[in-house]
Amino acid sequence: MNDENTNSQGDDMSTSTPSVLSSVAQNRAAHHEANSAPMGSGLEARGVHAWFGKHHALENVSLDFNPGTVTALIGPSGCGKSTFIRTLNRMHEFIPSAAMAGEVLLDGKDIYSSGIDVTQIRLKIGMVFQKPNPFPSMTIGQNVLAGLKLAQLKHDNKEELLEQSLTRAGLWNEVKDRLGVSAGGLSGGQQQRLCIARSLAVNPKVLLMDEPCSALDPGSTLRIEDTISELSKTMTIVIVTHNMQQAARVSDYTAFFLSDGGPGQMIEVGPTSEMFSRPRDQRTENYVSGRFG
Amino acid sequence: MSSAQVTERQAPPAKREITTLPRFSDRVFRGVVSLMSMSSLVILSLIGIFLAYRGFETFRSQGIHFLTSPDWLSETDASGKVIYKFGMSAMLIGTLLISIVAVIVGVPLSVLAALFLTFYAPNSLKKFFVTIVDVMAAFPSILYGLWGFFVLSPMAEYWAKLINKYFGWFPAFHVDDPSFNSSPFIAGLVLSIMIIPIVTSVSREIFSQTPLDRIQAAYALGATRWAMIRTVALPFGASGIVGGAMLGLGRALGETVAVYSVLNIVYKINWHVLYGFGGNVASMIVSKWGEASFTEAKALLAAGLVLFIMTLLVNMGANSIVTRTIKSGR
Ligand SMILES: Nc1ncnc2c1ncn2[C@@H]1O[C@H](COP(=O)(O)OP(=O)(O)O)[C@@H](O)[C@H]1O
Ligand SMILES: [Mg+2]
Repeated sequence: MNDENTNSQGDDMSTSTPSVLSSVAQNRAAHHEANSAPMGSGLEARGVHAWFGKHHALENVSLDFNPGTVTALIGPSGCGKSTFIRTLNRMHEFIPSAAMAGEVLLDGKDIYSSGIDVTQIRLKIGMVFQKPNPFPSMTIGQNVLAGLKLAQLKHDNKEELLEQSLTRAGLWNEVKDRLGVSAGGLSGGQQQRLCIARSLAVNPKVLLMDEPCSALDPGSTLRIEDTISELSKTMTIVIVTHNMQQAARVSDYTAFFLSDGGPGQMIEVGPTSEMFSRPRDQRTENYVSGRFG
Repeated sequence: MSSAQVTERQAPPAKREITTLPRFSDRVFRGVVSLMSMSSLVILSLIGIFLAYRGFETFRSQGIHFLTSPDWLSETDASGKVIYKFGMSAMLIGTLLISIVAVIVGVPLSVLAALFLTFYAPNSLKKFFVTIVDVMAAFPSILYGLWGFFVLSPMAEYWAKLINKYFGWFPAFHVDDPSFNSSPFIAGLVLSIMIIPIVTSVSREIFSQTPLDRIQAAYALGATRWAMIRTVALPFGASGIVGGAMLGLGRALGETVAVYSVLNIVYKINWHVLYGFGGNVASMIVSKWGEASFTEAKALLAAGLVLFIMTLLVNMGANSIVTRTIKSGR
């Protein structure tokens, strides 16, 4: 019986149906309702466009992320999900020739307005990347606290912060005895949770995750999903995922992105259970029922 | 687990040799290319053999004094016989001092320049500066020498006085009398400018390979550019920079004309880097070559061999460090 259960929750997209997904999502919503007192900061994208040189990659995306919620960004690859999430903490501008238009408001203030210290923005809006990227020359402990050093922050009790960050990332028990060991020896899933812990150590209000599980095995994926659920009690989370099961399991809201050959657009956003049970747009319906993408 | 069958282990078959027959054109091309690359090795070995062959006699007649004695002179003794004394220790020490100054001053400047070009300069400026640095590498060294003599020397003399005034207690900065001109310090400064192109371009190469995901990780944690450089780029590039510095050192060791034009060459050991005389092996060879007797010429070739070996070792060490860094992608 156990086996069956695992199957129905498995990662195989082709066998999933909207009804299964939406019931998973409903469980998630109920769970969230019961446990959370909304925290974190609100983030709002207002008419965001993005370009790479002449290539218009993202068109007019407006999206609200309420404090303490998890929003999943789904859509076929190349539709601008990564581009969009990177505009949310100003990582987009590191790509030469990248440009953007529109506004991103963090607690009501535009993070792109002149006179804003971008390093402060990135401290408040943390990011976890697709590929785990710990600093290989540092130990596990140093990795977790790297943000303090990089952003020149003071902290009175580093030991406590270290333990707290690793605990929140669900990694403490696995590494507490080898904090002084190089981070390179950890498994991929552990490295990714280490990267999450590293982001948490600077105490961000929002956490952006760009396909954080796409390079990981199913076991590690589930652990990270647990971590996300736990974290959503205290912060706002935006997660890009290819995996609709995952979107259903972890998110409160889902936004569907699509590119029809031109710039990517956000087609529809709504509570995750609704997006999977009765999407308003035919294209969303096609996508979530696995008819394309 | 299925029950294991105990069977006699068979000896593994002989390994097959896997070959491919290259196309004719490929073979021709391969031949030409390997011949060309062999030729540089052949020329290098021929130079080494030539120097060793000609210098051998000097090594035999002077023995270890050739390396340990500072004197370079010929005397006529009572019976009218000419006695040669050849020692290069003063020049070896001079080479060392000048090169150290060049590396200490030149490498940080080059690393900063490389960091600027890699992480700060906008694209247009970057191209412009890379061209400038390349042109610097192509400049004939006599131009650096003349510039060093006429422009840098007067300024450097002033700096030397300052250093001596405040740090004179440090043995290397001591001077016996206030003669600051034409010192190893000034020669080293000229050389530091001359090694900038090679060290800059090696460092730039290494920095440009800094893994993007690590750079992004740093920025996403609220790092300033400088903080990112300190925690990501410098640790990544460290051993490559050491290699680049050694390549610079290799150039500094062998530099002749520029040192010859600024330095007051005296065959006496001088450990005081600010004090106005010194020499290096290469400049000694040019300064003596013109009027050298047959015997002295052989001694100069022997000195050339010492320089050849030093340069070869430093460059080989540098190259292995640089390639190792680039390959390992650390
Ligand atoms: N660094 C880049 N330079 C140029 N074009 C890019 C770059 N990154 C992404 N793009 C383009 O932007 C569009 C959106 O890409 P992306 O945001 O990565 O999609 P997704 O994450 O949804 O798969 C694609 O057409 C892609 O080719
Ligand atoms: Mg992507």
